[in-house]
Amino acid sequence: MTEPVLAIDRLSLALPALADRPFAIQDLSLSLDRGETLCVVGESGSGKSLTALATMGLLPKAVKPAGGAIRLAGRDLLSLSERQMRDVRGREIGMIFQEPMTSLNPVMRVRDQIAETFEAHGALDRRRRMDRTIELITEVGLPDPAAIARAYPHELSGGQRQRVMIAMALALEPKLIIADEPTTALDVTTQAQILKLIDALRKKHGTAVLFITHDFGVVAEIADRVAVLQHGIRVEEGTAAEVLRNPQHDYTKRLLAAVPSIVPPPPKDLAGEPKAFAVENLTKTYKGRGFFRKGREVKAADGVSFSIQRGETLGLVGESGSGKSTVGRCVMRLIEPDDGSIRIGDLSIRELSQAQFRPMRRRIQMVFQDPFASLNPRRTVGRIIAEGPIAQGVPKRVALEQARKLLDLVGLQANAADRYPHEFSGGQRQRVGIARALALEPEVLVADEPVSALDVSVQAQILALMQDLQKRLGLAILFVTHDLRVAAQMCDRIAVMQRGKIVELQPTAELFRSPQHAYTRALLAAVPGGQDVGSRIDAAVAIGSPAA
Amino acid sequence: MSFLRGFVRNRGALVGAVVLLVVVAAAAAAPLLYPSSPWRMVSRPFLAPLALDRFPLGTDALGRDVASGLLHGARVSLLIGLVSTAVALLIGVPLGAASGYFGGLVDDVCMRFTELFQTVPSFALAVVLVAILQPSIASVVLAIAIVSWPPVARLVRGEVLSLRSRDYVQAAVTVGQRTSRVILVQVLPNTLGPIIVMASLMIATAILLESSLSFLGLGDPNLMSWGYMVGAGRTRLIDAWWISFFPGLAILLTVLALNLVGEGLSDAFNPRLAREGRR
Repeated sequence: MTEPVLAIDRLSLALPALADRPFAIQDLSLSLDRGETLCVVGESGSGKSLTALATMGLLPKAVKPAGGAIRLAGRDLLSLSERQMRDVRGREIGMIFQEPMTSLNPVMRVRDQIAETFEAHGALDRRRRMDRTIELITEVGLPDPAAIARAYPHELSGGQRQRVMIAMALALEPKLIIADEPTTALDVTTQAQILKLIDALRKKHGTAVLFITHDFGVVAEIADRVAVLQHGIRVEEGTAAEVLRNPQHDYTKRLLAAVPSIVPPPPKDLAGEPKAFAVENLTKTYKGRGFFRKGREVKAADGVSFSIQRGETLGLVGESGSGKSTVGRCVMRLIEPDDGSIRIGDLSIRELSQAQFRPMRRRIQMVFQDPFASLNPRRTVGRIIAEGPIAQGVPKRVALEQARKLLDLVGLQANAADRYPHEFSGGQRQRVGIARALALEPEVLVADEPVSALDVSVQAQILALMQDLQKRLGLAILFVTHDLRVAAQMCDRIAVMQRGKIVELQPTAELFRSPQHAYTRALLAAVPGGQDVGSRIDAAVAIGSPAA
Repeated sequence: MSFLRGFVRNRGALVGAVVLLVVVAAAAAAPLLYPSSPWRMVSRPFLAPLALDRFPLGTDALGRDVASGLLHGARVSLLIGLVSTAVALLIGVPLGAASGYFGGLVDDVCMRFTELFQTVPSFALAVVLVAILQPSIASVVLAIAIVSWPPVARLVRGEVLSLRSRDYVQAAVTVGQRTSRVILVQVLPNTLGPIIVMASLMIATAILLESSLSFLGLGDPNLMSWGYMVGAGRTRLIDAWWISFFPGLAILLTVLALNLVGEGLSDAFNPRLAREGRR
């Protein structure tokens, strides 16, 4: 029997004394053969990224190996000195990081960054290095390799940068490539291309790929085998088909059940509900500011029109830069639109001054994307929720009393009101954010990517909570998202945006059954995992587990 | 209190804090230990330290007690340091906050105004201001405040600029909070850390500036200050070194202590350093 490329044998990593658990990773064993892709899946805090860092010998100083071995082709990496490890990195293990925007040096040309890998290992002479660099750029599918080689990172798109990263990882033909969430920061269509590229290169070079991800859709696309991690312990391992179709462990089952299906649920009956919110011909152009020359103009919203009924959710879907967030912020008048009309019920709000609009703001409220950034760290949760009513003239004591009731409504304990945001998890904070928005009893709720910063199991709970609240309060929801799985489960109708324009607006079921626009079709085709994974979000989980 | 723990762990800051406490105690005790005016001639001139038990630090060229001057000088130095920094913050914080929050034209106007003050060498400006306004404690405080607010405005502007686009500030706008309240409640409390650090360093600079002004004879003629004492003794530095040496040492130690404390505060406010310190 041939030796595996990578064999992690009963590895334990100890955390510093004050951490929430003694071991980041406990008794973890994994093995990876030549030409194989192993996906390590888990939620945040599961230890999946530390597994990758331990293999690279890049553990943070506070985390210490406490037992076991990591063998690369039979050699124990944990016993190597820093110097020997430096030679292993790049030559024997290549690494692709999550954030293509920050993992390249902004002041260095692409070709010099790739060539640096050869230089660091003393490989090839100067001329051969440049030739090989161009070969690599061609191999990762970048157009016009000569021009790309001369470019600086800021001249490339996110997907192109990630291809450059892959070229660097491949430069010395390592036996093993570690990819730590390499597509998480990318748009779906780019993600699909990068996944295809990694898979093609693996086949061609026979490289083993250790792929770290939180996304079961990605797993379904790329994995040969899957290992599921929970709190640093491997709870399940098997071939991709086994784990996805027939999971054995409860945790895996729960994770898979929380992945939203791309098949929409049967539509709600909204006949007879009044129109709650209407936007017509909304336009916003960003102009660059320059003293002597005219700045670059970007049309972030270009004649956007839609309306939402009471109790209805309209999805605004698109990739980064499509203008969906701009629309969300324009209707809140956080950004002033250049043109168009915005109506809440019978009230037209575009013509009002900010001061006139202020008392009307209670009718339209917003849930923000990042639950860590959307709560003031210096105010208690109760104050944060009560701020709105207080600003609208409700006496402070009454507002604080209401805040406790709202916490109960979103599935948190009423005594949470006296604590500060940092004492809560991401999911709990998002519940606070929702409570803040509901405190003013709005008719319209704008949700800007409300679950994209959350783990999948928490995401399912928040989505179910929003559905439940909508049913109870008859909210009209504008749901901004990049995730078509989430949109399929949440939205009654979906508007697809591209470069500031709505290119298609259809009821959800129709959109998924027969997309009209080419861009919609491309988006749908790019959803990782397709119909292989995912299940319906059920309102029952909302009340079930307020702990998240 | 992890903040306090982080501060105490920094040994330099702790030493600084102790020195500062001593200076404050000296300032507080001055009227008790030396009830009469420090300007009063109490003995023979040029009495060396410890020559007479009553004058442990000796007397100056006019027979005034150096120890008494030192303690009363501490009151003046601390007072001027604190008040002028407070005034500088009162000018700099609102200006920087408005500049950073509103941006655009307001920002342009505020910042050009700030630069106007920054282009003039600060000490020269302070000298001119005191000379025009006549030396008095009020004019010295004002002059020091006027030359030291621009960096505050720039710091606050930068912090506010990065905070105003935070989601929680936007959220406060969407629930209908008034702009003044958004700035006061949501934005400014989160800039407190850097402002406190800067303020502690500004007190040190203010004390130095006051000393320099007094050294040049531009201090309040009715108040004994360390800078005046150094200046008055400088001509006899060789044969009566103690007249200048002790107030000079007091300035050095106080300024050093304030810098150490400032650095300690800045480390304690920086969560990343605090975490590493805890390892």
